[in-house]
Amino acid sequence: MKHHVTTTVNGDEVEFLCETDQTVLDCLRNELELTGTKEGCGSGDCGACSILLDGRLVCSCLVLGVEASGKTIETIEGMAKGDTLHPLQRKFLEHAALQCGICTPGVLVAAKSLLERNPDPTETEVRYWLAGNLCRCTGYDKIIRAVMDAAAEMRGA
Amino acid sequence: MRYESPDTIEAAAKLLASESGDARVLAGGTDLLVQIRAEVLDPVLVVDIKRITETRTVQEENGGFRIGAAVSGAELKEHPSLKKIWPGVLEAANLIGSTQVQGRATLGGNLCNGSPAADSVPAMIAAGAVASIVGPNGRRELPVEDIMLAPRKLALQKGEIIASFKLPKKSRASDAYLRFIPRTEMDIAVVGCGVNLTLDDSGTCTAARVGLGAVAARPLLVEDAGKALVGTKVDDAALDKMVAAVRAACKPIDDKRGTVEFRIDVAGVLAKRTALIALDRARKV
Repeated sequence: MKHHVTTTVNGDEVEFLCETDQTVLDCLRNELELTGTKEGCGSGDCGACSILLDGRLVCSCLVLGVEASGKTIETIEGMAKGDTLHPLQRKFLEHAALQCGICTPGVLVAAKSLLERNPDPTETEVRYWLAGNLCRCTGYDKIIRAVMDAAAEMRGA
Repeated sequence: MRYESPDTIEAAAKLLASESGDARVLAGGTDLLVQIRAEVLDPVLVVDIKRITETRTVQEENGGFRIGAAVSGAELKEHPSLKKIWPGVLEAANLIGSTQVQGRATLGGNLCNGSPAADSVPAMIAAGAVASIVGPNGRRELPVEDIMLAPRKLALQKGEIIASFKLPKKSRASDAYLRFIPRTEMDIAVVGCGVNLTLDDSGTCTAARVGLGAVAARPLLVEDAGKALVGTKVDDAALDKMVAAVRAACKPIDDKRGTVEFRIDVAGVLAKRTALIALDRARKV
């Protein structure tokens, strides 16, 4: 039996049909064609599929699509406003904080969630918050520097 | 696979009890969805308990607190008073997985997943937490230490769900939780230890509970370890007796994460460190 799910994604109300065993990650990518959210491990270890669900950072591979009914989802597609990149996105480019880029959407969504809660994190706080976002190109130092720099800019802005 | 999300705990219990195939409770899903994907489990029914008020709320009750079984680690961390009364329970719950996992993982799920290494369980045992369980025949209570029997085996009957946990308030008490892992973050406990101490006005320990994880087939309440501290000022002699009781209670396995000898030794070391943190916190209450 397919479920008819109504949810809000990046501010827009959307509807989709899904099977019970489809995850929110599946639904975003395959039903809504929002492929910015990536699948890494599929078991909640790598953070590539990070989204905000009702404002809470979660792995979308560990949430059933049907659970999203009536909830609010934010993905990487909602981060830039038109052609204007979010400061985190701009700082990731400036610092070359990515190599292959598969982990990047998840890292950006997670970092944005951190800065909304804590605009002035220490480097240690950034590292712990992002411990669930794995980068197999091992670009961690540049990622951390980009997040710290974006936080500083956003505090000044 | 069918999905149901009832809004009463009784309806959830009835759904689980009346399903003849494998039926599972869905709380945070951080273990269940992984096991379904890995084909370890293939349930015909999942019952989402997150639309039930009791499982999703934290409230004061007779001076203590009742914590819903499906409240997430992130929500526990943000609660204004839990961290002051049970810092050990909170540090244990917040050690489970990443920030993302914290957004979903629950105390009920950590216990009912049935792993002897579950981080929150020794701390909940030390806190004297009692589970409120609802099944097709009504409600009953069971201390947390009596729920897990063996890996993946629980003392719950078909259709029974843990709705919430009662944490009793004690005056001048505090707790702590430490675990040993080879990494600094995101790993499974080789040994976990929770200690909850109550002091009187003179600083003498009047009650002590020591919970241990990952050193037996189930998380343990080590009663002799608690008894070794009661009536003392938690001095070196009392701590030595407690450490001996902790090591005597360990029946660990050898595996890739630690040998039997290592786990027994580390359990004693961790118990002492955990007790000293709990003592320091209780003195400041």
